[in-house]
This record gives sequence, structure tokens and C-alpha cells, in this order.
Amino acid sequence: MIDKDVHSHHISQQFNAELDTVKTHMLEMGGLVEQQVRDAITALIEGDSQSAETVKVNDKQINSMEVSIDEECTRILARRQPAASDLRLVIAISKAVIDLERIGDEAGKIATQAIQLSESGESPRGYKEIRHIGNHVGFMVRDALDAFARFDVDMALAVAKEDKLVDEEYGTAVRSIITFMMEDPRTISQMMNVIWALRSLERVGDHARNIAEHVIYLVKGRDVRHFGIKEMTAEVQDNQ
Amino acid sequence: MTRDKTTVKTHAIDLETMGRSGQALDIANEEISLSVENLNLFYEGGKQALHDISLDIPKQRVTAFIGPSGCGKSTLLRCFNRMNDLVDGCEIDGKILLDREDIYQRGVDAASLRRRIGMVFQKPNPFPKTIYENVAYGLRIQGINKKRVLDEAVEKSLRQAALWDEVKDRLHDSALGMSGGQQQRLVIARTVAIEPEVLLLDEPASALDPISTLKIEELINELKSKYTIVIVTHNMQQAARVSDYTAFLYMGKLIEFDSTDTLFTNPAQKQTEDYITGRYG
Repeated sequence: MIDKDVHSHHISQQFNAELDTVKTHMLEMGGLVEQQVRDAITALIEGDSQSAETVKVNDKQINSMEVSIDEECTRILARRQPAASDLRLVIAISKAVIDLERIGDEAGKIATQAIQLSESGESPRGYKEIRHIGNHVGFMVRDALDAFARFDVDMALAVAKEDKLVDEEYGTAVRSIITFMMEDPRTISQMMNVIWALRSLERVGDHARNIAEHVIYLVKGRDVRHFGIKEMTAEVQDNQ
Repeated sequence: MTRDKTTVKTHAIDLETMGRSGQALDIANEEISLSVENLNLFYEGGKQALHDISLDIPKQRVTAFIGPSGCGKSTLLRCFNRMNDLVDGCEIDGKILLDREDIYQRGVDAASLRRRIGMVFQKPNPFPKTIYENVAYGLRIQGINKKRVLDEAVEKSLRQAALWDEVKDRLHDSALGMSGGQQQRLVIARTVAIEPEVLLLDEPASALDPISTLKIEELINELKSKYTIVIVTHNMQQAARVSDYTAFLYMGKLIEFDSTDTLFTNPAQKQTEDYITGRYG
């Protein structure tokens, strides 16, 4: 079990600074990705193709951040040979940026759906579901990043639990949209756009959960990937 | 044919042996070579250098002792072949068992113990003799003088020390003309020539350049199939590279002993964490 200022006590001040910088960069990237998801949802709901285009342009910046943070991690591994919690921090960051980049991609996909929807006229239905699930996964991403910043395993565990709820909400939303499609087959192509956007949001939730798992690995040294919530809770609460 | 769930293998990879986080090594499954029980060591004037140390050194594995200067790691290593007997006023209580026999029992001959537990020091210390005579030395003092037997033993030992190809054409040159890395491997060859059970290495590579260091590390890896190896090192990366188990000592106490994988990725003790990550102690 480690606490959050553990990375500022090295004999080498330079090493402190390097770890601190790479962590800050990862959290900055996280903030940007969070904003991208929010903007993509707004663009879709408001039928604003202009801001959807902006989301797609910003995604390039996120991609290059992923590459540069990974380079920082590689440099630290090569030059410092970190061990124990330092090693886990570098590994967790290097994995979390992959998930963040994927969340960015999903935001890009939502923006694509937004553009298509605004071109084919607004969809009559499904926005309520998008807004709801969008808010939900937005909070998850934010909480996962907060948990990372604070080394808070309880918060990470809460994020993992939320993912299950999102999956259920996604299932419900898809069922109700299928009902709309059956009622009015003319809306099928628009409704498919809505379903793709929902699917992307559901994936965002999965990636937030992955980040939460990296936090648990970072703090507890336990690899909880592919664990059920019950097992994960047991690992987190073990000898805390 | 019945198949139970645990033996089903997917793909060509045996997932079970891959393990979930380096759990492949567990001291509970090891055969124990040396066993330390409640060892206390006092130097002259009552200064206690080791406090109640208990640990098991597994057979045919590499065990590393790490810790800051003066933490007692070399002192502990020297206990294993009774080198501390030579220090005036040094007192030891507790037990060290080699194959379940206490090496500090009365009647145990230190010289014959040191044949079973060989030691290599930080600075290479070849004798001022030929390469051949250096390796043959241990056998000669055991009374073996047949040329054929010695020739064979010298070649075998030098091969084991990964030195044969470099010196086979100058076996009768002085050992002092070799490089530091070669001298250190020669000393290891001299030690393994008498076929000990345990090899104690006290900072064996700290006076060597990086390439010679890697050669010594490679050698350690080769030798562990035959010998139990205990290595003291200041270089934590070296401990992480070569050892199967690592013990962290601090101020004469054993703070943590675990598989090297666990100790370097998720140590249980904060002191260990602080030391291996280079924090203020």
C-alpha cells in the first residue's frame, strides 16, 4: 500500500521530477480526453457538425500525447531502472495512456455519428439515452483519473462497479431503440447512428474501468484484470 | 477420455506455468541447502552486528543479500563458511544448518567445511602461480597429484567458469597477467574445482567493468544448475538480474526475504520499498 506523495521522496531530485512530470502529462491527457467525450456528446445532441469536426481534429493531439508519454516512460525505464512502486507507476501510466487514447478514438467515432446525423436531419429519438449514458461514463472517466491522481483504490473500485451499471443501461437503451425502429422503419439508418454512438459510450466506460484497474495495480501491486467485482473488492480490501 | 478443467490447455502455451505475477517461485516448494536459525553475532566489545536472523537458502538457486553499507550482509555471508572464526572476539549464537547439520557444532572442521562452501571475494585474488596451478591448487592440497586427473579437473573447472577458450593456449602463463574479469573467473574456477556444494560470492563483480560484470552474471546463471549460490551485492539491478530470491538486510536485521520478482515489484515492507527505489531511509 503506497500513498500519493510517495514519488517525491527519492534521493535523486531529478528522478522525482521525471516521475512527477510523466504523471502530470498523463493526467493532462486525461483532462483533454474527458473534454473530447463531453464535446462529442454535445455536438451529437445539438446537431452541431462544426464542433464535431473540432473533436476529430483534437483527436490528433491526443494521439501525439500518447506517443510522447510513452517515450517518457521508456526513457525512465532505460535510464532509472525503477523498482517496486516506481516501476508500477511507470507501467500503470504507460497502460493508462493506451486506454485514454482509445477513449479519444471513441469520442472521434461519436463525432462522426454526430456529423452523419446532422446531415441526415435530426434523429427523433435516443438522445435522452445518449445524454444519460454519456453523463455516466463522463463521471467514470473523471473519477478514474481522480483515483489515479490520489492513489485512491476505493474510488477506483467504485468506478469498476459503475461499469456494470453502464453495461445494463446500454442494454436497456439498445432494446428501446430497437422498439423505435420497429415502430418506424424509416428512422432505422438514423437510429443506427445513435446505436453506434451508444456503443462508443459503453466502450468509454470499459476503458475507464481499465484505468481503475491500473490504479489498483499501482497502489496495491495486485493485477485485478479479468476479475469479477467480488474478487476485485477482496483484493482491494486485503491487508489495507 | 475425461478431461478436468484444470488440465485443459489452450493454444500451445502452458498457461499454468506462466503464472499470474511471478508466483512461479515459492520458498515453500524449495529444497533447502542452508538454514539460518535465530542467528546473533557480536563483534568485540559487545557490538551486535546481526540480530536474530532466520532464513532458508534454497538449493541450486541464487540468493542475493542486499542492503546499505554496514547492514551486515557480508558478515552474514561470512558466517556460512565460518570466516568470522578468524575475527578476534567475535561471538555467534544461533544455528546455521548445512543439510540439517549445524556447522557451528563442536567437532566440525572449518577447513573441510570450506571445501563444501567455497567463497569468492570482491577483489580477484589469484595466487602468484600459473593459471593451471591456480585451479589445481585445491586438488593438490587434497593430495591429488596425478597429471591426468588434474588436467581433466582444470579443463572442466575452467569450462564451467567460461574461461577455457580464452586461456587454453596459455595455461602455464602467470595468472597475474590476466585481466580483472578473467582473474575473477579464474578464482571462481579455482573454487568450483574442488566441487563445493555452496558458492558464496561477496561483491564478485564490483571491481569489474560492465562487460566483465555481465560475464560473471552469465556465469552465475550457468553455475546455479550445480551449486547453491549466495551473492552479496551493492548493485540492486545486479541482484534483480541474477537472483531467484533476495534478502534485504538493514542495521543487522533481516527486513524482508522473498522471491526476487516479488521483492522488486511489490515488496511487503516500507523499508525495503524505500531502499530499492532510492528514497530517504
